[in-house]
Amino acid sequence: MNTAADGLSVERVHVWRGDRHVLKDVSLALRSGELLHVAGPNGTGKTTLLRVVCGLLRPEQGQVTWLGQSIAAIRAEYQGILAYASHEPALKADLTALENLRFAVGLKRRVARDELRDSLRRTGVEACADLPARVLSAGQRRRVAMARVIAMQASLWLLDEPFTNLDAAGADMMTSLLQSHVQAGGSALVVAHHDLMVGTAPMRRLELGP
Amino acid sequence: MWTWFYKLASPPSVYAAAGALAPWFLATAAVAIVYGLVDGLVFAPPDYQQGDAFRIVYVHAPSAWMSLFSYTSMALAGAIALVWRIKIGHAVAAASAPIGASFTLLALVTGSLWGKPMWGTYWAWDPRLTSELILLFLYFGVMSLRSAFEDPARGDRAAALLGIVGLVNVPIIHFSVTWWNSLHQGATVAKIGKPAMSLSMLWPLLAMLLGFMLFYGAVLCMRLQGEVLNRERQAKWVREAIKS
Amino acid sequence: MNVGVFEAFTLVVRRELCLSFRRPEQLLQPLVFFLIVTTLFPLGLSLQLSLLRDMSPGVLWVAALLSSLLSLDALFKGDADDGTLEQLALSGQGLMVIVVAKTCAHWLVTGAALVLVSPVVGTALGIPVAAFATMMLSLGVGTLTLSWLGAIGAGLTVGLKRGNVLLSLIVLPLAMPLLIFGAGATDRAISGTNAAGALYFLAALCVFTCTLAPFAATAALRITLE
Repeated sequence: MNTAADGLSVERVHVWRGDRHVLKDVSLALRSGELLHVAGPNGTGKTTLLRVVCGLLRPEQGQVTWLGQSIAAIRAEYQGILAYASHEPALKADLTALENLRFAVGLKRRVARDELRDSLRRTGVEACADLPARVLSAGQRRRVAMARVIAMQASLWLLDEPFTNLDAAGADMMTSLLQSHVQAGGSALVVAHHDLMVGTAPMRRLELGP
Repeated sequence: MWTWFYKLASPPSVYAAAGALAPWFLATAAVAIVYGLVDGLVFAPPDYQQGDAFRIVYVHAPSAWMSLFSYTSMALAGAIALVWRIKIGHAVAAASAPIGASFTLLALVTGSLWGKPMWGTYWAWDPRLTSELILLFLYFGVMSLRSAFEDPARGDRAAALLGIVGLVNVPIIHFSVTWWNSLHQGATVAKIGKPAMSLSMLWPLLAMLLGFMLFYGAVLCMRLQGEVLNRERQAKWVREAIKS
Repeated sequence: MNVGVFEAFTLVVRRELCLSFRRPEQLLQPLVFFLIVTTLFPLGLSLQLSLLRDMSPGVLWVAALLSSLLSLDALFKGDADDGTLEQLALSGQGLMVIVVAKTCAHWLVTGAALVLVSPVVGTALGIPVAAFATMMLSLGVGTLTLSWLGAIGAGLTVGLKRGNVLLSLIVLPLAMPLLIFGAGATDRAISGTNAAGALYFLAALCVFTCTLAPFAATAALRITLE
């Protein structure tokens, strides 16, 4: 059975999309304080893997477990400890950055407005807090999405291409956020098609092939 | 414990079983339908009110019955597939839907043809025919939903769910249409009748019903073979089956 | 500190209301559509007021069904397109809470609004004031039921490119009992006979649908979210 009972474990997962065998026998393990970089060319199922790990997509074969329990069995609890940032920033264009955070984070835990502002400050977009997401640039939206991940205070981060649209300063910020998250005992699964430069954190790499 | 069942429901064995059953269904259906038609159209006595016009009941009633039967079996097959994740159920549901829709259409056409001599018009919003029409819409909804998805697995599950929702609604729809009809038309229009039938009229009707059931079974088997082949086209056994 | 179910429900309802009031034109469009459709019928019927009065319950109800349906397409689609639906689905709250909250909010901004406008349309169609109470009650119950039927349809068609036509194709046959009892109740109120029977059936349909449809709509959304 499963020996990696102290973290996330993906065992021999298969996913088909119609005739396409998107994920072929993928396994991985991720413990606290670890960072896993999922790499691979386009169309190799990186996003699909992330959606499987989230529990949004049920694999046809194989299983995903958290602390030794199937994530389908502990859905609410598991969702409480994860923060997912999809490829698109997932912001409502008509809501302000702060409202976006409030309605998303507020479902996970009771959160004060100042705390949300604080997380916006940590990602360098505090000035945008009261602007509708419609008027923000793509990079600013990415930062707001990252602020949402921080505010969720989750121990497991699942990030899909978090460096997209970020400038050099933004990439540095992203790197240091990942680093401090991992150092504080959290774990992160990061999908990115380029190399990650997270200095001190123990990092492993999973290459998905075609 | 259930492994024998899953083995039985595996695509290759379903394909083989359907292929073996289809000719038997077809042959018995032909016998029953030929007997029913000859006895019903030639030998059964004419109705004392409707004359020979009533004879269309031998096609209308079985097809109306089959339209409901096919919908129910489609929804149940979909439900089984959805709950227990038995993929073959989706194939059965997908194979069943067009047959059921055809029966529904046949019931509508024969019903309105029957209406002409009885009511003087092809369409008088008779409650049964109106329910039948809504049933046809339900079939259309399920079939278009299934084909609307690019990923067939999702289309299957969505169609199965809609089939169940529709099945729950069929009695409600029938009841409300009957209520509506009683409100508007009262007893002015005679209903398509089920007065006590004489036995000489009933036997051919039962034979036709049996024949239609068997015919449904035969067509279902044939369509199911096609569905299974299409769904399993990546599998090794399909390539071997096609080669031989 | 976990967030309770009721708290989550109110938060999502507030989110939905907030979003609709940021776009008032989307709020008004179904109402304007309702008015336009009811204008079409008298123009197409060469203004015989007696004929119009006989047809008014049907006209009113068909227009109400179509205009509610028009906005149902957007129930989950907007959130699915910008990725926020995934965030809601992973919020740790059951998906059903989200679905129930979104559907209730949808009814508040479309169904309830429709009920409030209906006296204007009713007057134009020659429905007597005495029948307004029954008309509004039946419309309120009917649109709530329709919102739930539509939530199933919207859940099933959310990922599809041309989901709108398909949504109508799926939902309208299921909504026919609503039309029958709703228009029936209004019709009886106009003619001064007792409308209670039809209203009871309508209420029974509403209770039945509101009990089962949340499960169906949630299951539908799960299927299409994958």
